Amino acid sequence: MDILLQQLINGLTTGSVYAIVALGYTMVYGVIQLINFAHGEIVMIGAMVAVSVILALTDTALPPAFILLTGVLAAMPVCMIIGLALERLAYRPLRKAPRLAPLITAIGMSIILQHVALMIWGRDPRAFPQLIENASLAVGGAAISTVQIAIIATSCVMMAGLSWFVYRTRFGIAMRATAENLAIAELMGIDTNRVIAATFAVGAALGAVAGVMVGAYYGVAHYTMGFILGLKAFSAAVLGGIGNLPGAMLGGLVLGLVEALGTGYIGELTDLCHWPFVAEALAERCHADGHVVLLGSNYQDVFAFLVLVLVLIFRPSGLLGERVAERA
Amino acid sequence: MPLMEALDLKVHYGGIAAVKGVSFAVEEGEMVCLIGANGAGKTSTLKALARLLPATGEIRFAGQRIDGMPTHRLIRLGLALVPEGRGVFARLTVAENLAMGAYAREDAAGVAEDLARVYELLPRLAERRRQLAGTLSGGEQQMLALGRALMGRPRLLLLDEPSMGLAPLLVEKVFEAIRAIARTGVAILLVEQNAHLALTTCARGYVMESGRITLAAPSAELLADARVRAAYLGG
Repeated sequence: MDILLQQLINGLTTGSVYAIVALGYTMVYGVIQLINFAHGEIVMIGAMVAVSVILALTDTALPPAFILLTGVLAAMPVCMIIGLALERLAYRPLRKAPRLAPLITAIGMSIILQHVALMIWGRDPRAFPQLIENASLAVGGAAISTVQIAIIATSCVMMAGLSWFVYRTRFGIAMRATAENLAIAELMGIDTNRVIAATFAVGAALGAVAGVMVGAYYGVAHYTMGFILGLKAFSAAVLGGIGNLPGAMLGGLVLGLVEALGTGYIGELTDLCHWPFVAEALAERCHADGHVVLLGSNYQDVFAFLVLVLVLIFRPSGLLGERVAERA
Repeated sequence: MPLMEALDLKVHYGGIAAVKGVSFAVEEGEMVCLIGANGAGKTSTLKALARLLPATGEIRFAGQRIDGMPTHRLIRLGLALVPEGRGVFARLTVAENLAMGAYAREDAAGVAEDLARVYELLPRLAERRRQLAGTLSGGEQQMLALGRALMGRPRLLLLDEPSMGLAPLLVEKVFEAIRAIARTGVAILLVEQNAHLALTTCARGYVMESGRITLAAPSAELLADARVRAAYLGG
């Protein structure tokens, strides 16, 4: 098996999901400079709602693709309503408060949503039924599954759709205008409260789809799944340059690839038997076991945060971010 | 009835009173200026009119009370503000900036007509329509800010220091454009530190000093007034 190619395929898949979730963070940050830490929980709720709907429909004679689509279409409005409610009830009253207040509130909302999910769905992981036949296609020594193809394709379509919306439609231009200067946007006759609400709704809808994709990919949904996923997607948004849409897409893909390649090679790279001098000292054990691996693939989650730390040290504005300066 | 009327307008920043109860009016199609020293409260007054600052007092525009309205509804009534420092959207193209100026309008044909007029009035904008506004020079940005305000088809244009930071030659060009806009029947309330320029452009003027209007007269009288000459026109 070609490990490099395989990890590239895996990285592209998770990277697409990170990109979609990162867009939710970056869009909200773009318009109101708030890091909506509850966004990861919205993704989780999207997965939970979808899995509930899908489980309720699996015994019917409906075609699997239709069931999956119903799950997605049920998750989207639920997530959008939660996104809108967060904005209206939690963040809007704090619009003029010092920036720390909405940030702490966002963390609080995240905890609340997680516990609401715990109350509704319980603490046991829900198995995500396999609806698409998970066939594998051989691609030059590696394999790509139908689920992976579906995730990558769906993400591409959503990113293209969002780009069209934000860069080509009047409302999209109004969104970018609001992100740049809220007061001036108001002078143009733009109802910025509506634009901000719409930003939350669009981000949450993308998050809902991302939640379904994650659930389908790992075959499981759980009330805590949004936490790490959210943090990674946030890292991706920072990597690309927070507030920057193409940056979130690029950051997501790069993060997914770094993580997959890191996970794929960390065992080999930290195998002391491959290290000069050390290998000699360990000659006996190396001879007996063949490997003395320091860090295994369970260190997967380290890479995203390693990337975050490196970005914050060496390029705080991110890959595509133009400026870090606080707006006056 | 005047097009716009402010009665006993007051603005506070925290505990500090920036505008201490001013009353003034602008008639339909008229050019009026508000002059005064730095910190006299001119910009605060304009911002209060555009509902960008909380203020007390009464503001009437086109026969309606607008104090209490959100800013985004004002352009639909015909009130536009070109803020200090122009406020163009730097990361939007020139064409996108102009489109945002017409955001509140639904009449596509009228918007297209006005866009053609703006490009005719300010040909530099037509040349640069695909460029990001942030790459324009200061003078071009001021032209864009004016053109963008016109795209909303205002009845009253509030202009805050349009000459600020511009070379004298460019100031002349910007004011030519402002006069051309006034000739189309748009009323203008001009806030300007360059008192001589403001008074020679407008028919009438108000003088503002530490939050109060201390003089109100036709420009010719203000230009001849000894106090105004001493304080704002360099003797």
